[in-house]
Amino acid sequence: MSRLLLLLAVVAGTTGAVLAQGPAPAQSTAPRGPAPSLARPASATKVVNADGFLQRWLILEPIRTNGQLTDTAVQAAIKAQAVPTEPSKVPRHGDKVAVGDAQLAWHAVDTIGYNVNLYHFAYALNKPTSNVLFWVTTIVNAPREMSGARLAIGSNAASVWWVNGREVIGIFNDRQSVVDDGVSKRLTLQKGPNVIRAAILNGGGATDFCARFLDEAGLPVKGLTVSLVE
Amino acid sequence: MSPLLALDGDPGMHDPSTIVLHDGKFYAYGTGGGLPISISDDGWTWRRAGSLMQALPGGRPGADVIARGGNNTWAPDVIRSGDKYFVYYSAPGTQPKAAIGLLVGRTLDPNSPDYKWEDGGPVVWSDGVEDSNAIDPGVFRDPTNGSLWLTYGSYFGYIRLVELNPKTGQRANPATKPINVAINGEASIMIFRDGWYYLLMTRGSCCAGTNSSYHIRMGRSRKVTGPFVDNLGIDMLQGGGKLFLASGGRFIGPGHFGLLELGDGVQKFSMHYEADLDRGGISVLDIRPLLWRDGWPVAGENFKEGTYQIESARTGTALELAVQGTPVGGLRGRGGGRGAAGGGGRGAGPAGEPAARNPIPAQEASQVSAEWPAGAIDVRMSPYMVQAQQKWAVTPVANAGGYPGSPYFKIAIAGTDRALTATAERELVVLPTFTGRPEQLWRIEQLSDGTYRVMPKSIPDTQGAWALSAIGSSMPTLGRFAADSDRYRWSFKTP
Repeated sequence: MSRLLLLLAVVAGTTGAVLAQGPAPAQSTAPRGPAPSLARPASATKVVNADGFLQRWLILEPIRTNGQLTDTAVQAAIKAQAVPTEPSKVPRHGDKVAVGDAQLAWHAVDTIGYNVNLYHFAYALNKPTSNVLFWVTTIVNAPREMSGARLAIGSNAASVWWVNGREVIGIFNDRQSVVDDGVSKRLTLQKGPNVIRAAILNGGGATDFCARFLDEAGLPVKGLTVSLVE
Repeated sequence: MSPLLALDGDPGMHDPSTIVLHDGKFYAYGTGGGLPISISDDGWTWRRAGSLMQALPGGRPGADVIARGGNNTWAPDVIRSGDKYFVYYSAPGTQPKAAIGLLVGRTLDPNSPDYKWEDGGPVVWSDGVEDSNAIDPGVFRDPTNGSLWLTYGSYFGYIRLVELNPKTGQRANPATKPINVAINGEASIMIFRDGWYYLLMTRGSCCAGTNSSYHIRMGRSRKVTGPFVDNLGIDMLQGGGKLFLASGGRFIGPGHFGLLELGDGVQKFSMHYEADLDRGGISVLDIRPLLWRDGWPVAGENFKEGTYQIESARTGTALELAVQGTPVGGLRGRGGGRGAAGGGGRGAGPAGEPAARNPIPAQEASQVSAEWPAGAIDVRMSPYMVQAQQKWAVTPVANAGGYPGSPYFKIAIAGTDRALTATAERELVVLPTFTGRPEQLWRIEQLSDGTYRVMPKSIPDTQGAWALSAIGSSMPTLGRFAADSDRYRWSFKTP
């Protein structure tokens, strides 16, 4: 089995529909239709799910990379493909960013699962899914200041994460998305909005991520809400 | 200092009592003139501190004890009951005429103004004719109902069991006959776990140095009164007894088991070796981890220095310096090509020739560390790939103290001085040098399932006990130890 097919088989539960559709014609660039696991947000805010997962995100259309996933290659790709985002200036749905010759758009999505399937996202837009970098961001509202919290993520494949502008997680190499794979050191969620940002890099095959906050005891933080700039 | 030594300081002792932790100090008593006292501030370094009988009028057992047995003082055991401590001790005359005497006190600390032992008289005795030799007391509290029990005996006849009054320390029902529970042994004592009562006792010959065949055997019962049967169903009254611990390594003749509960589900046991080959063959006290397997206690091993892969029981990922790894032997092609330093790839080599099969040497830190940052580096967990940043040299640190059974250890990347360090934020970092500060000294203790708990001696500006925790698949931290969580369990595997 090829590495690509092996990776697809690992996540067959979410990619079976994609495989059944077969490869898209090389010439077509039109969107293929809605991603089966994602939807446009229909409310102003969304409470984290029962396990604390953040299910509302802004995702930038994928940026081509060389597919290398080592520590240094990932950091280099992020530096080369940095998208100007400041904690105080979160993009809006439909905003566009110039990357090379392309204009890439931000898309607001709600995921129906605990994770965000980036393969679904890119495939639905008829964008590349392999050898790509996805920028994602969201705003987490905390009802009070929360010290001793940790951002806990899983990603396929490598990813680097920031909370309120500070890098808190970097996990590298070709890997599957596992709940609470990368976990930050203890941090403080400030009362009100906290900006979460990540770069997820994929080599080949399936690609997704999940994220939540854990408390001092390692249990999911509940009661957080997620909202995006409208 | 060798990590194989049984304790540090002056651990010389024969027939040790159960070790008791009292007001932050560890106490043990042994055979000898007046029942010598051994004290340790940390459970690793021990010192002698006089004898128990020094606190009694005349410095010897009471007259009734001597009349029932003799004026020797051997093999004591100790337990706390309410606000009192009871010490039971052997007072043999010409065996098997012997008695077990009782001392009653309120503190174990000889420097306390309340330090005082009172003669509680004889508790049980043997007349020199009956099938009993009333020495070697072992006292046990039944956790199911708080009742107190005493086993005793040595070779002549039976190991016997009587119930004690938890308020007085004397027999609860002196008119009843003692219950026979085993033969062919001495130094008996009971422990309890998961509905089973375990009777441990020592067999073989003692007191002959390196020629002592002392070893510890056991049986178990659903009732405190027995019958105690071994793993093959043989009653200990018929000579049954599953082996718990025999001679091994540099130690000959283990005997006189005692349970040491450290809390948080961590159990250890004490015993003496008849002969410690590294100390000229003298008898010494030791403390080792107590493990459990298939419903039976198992003697664990104190941690030994070496180079290890440190694997999390949570996900099987290995602790590593957070630097980019280099494949062992160098990069290899995906389909059979060869890297500059590596062996052949998958299948045949170039031009269809068989791939080279020369051994690939182990990766040393000196080969790859030029790319590592010079300063502090984070710690993370990754799949173990036999790479240099994943191999840890664990070595005991001299004169830095310890904990029951072991000294503190330095944990550093093998071939370097880059040392694992706890931070004031209760996180982890690898610093470029080892300074011996408390946050670089590690307590490594085997847990009941054979994995290990890893704890810094202390953390700057932080109170309490913290343990190495796999908070995520790729992230270690320090957290409050929980015995039932795989987050805190680590395996040390030889690379």
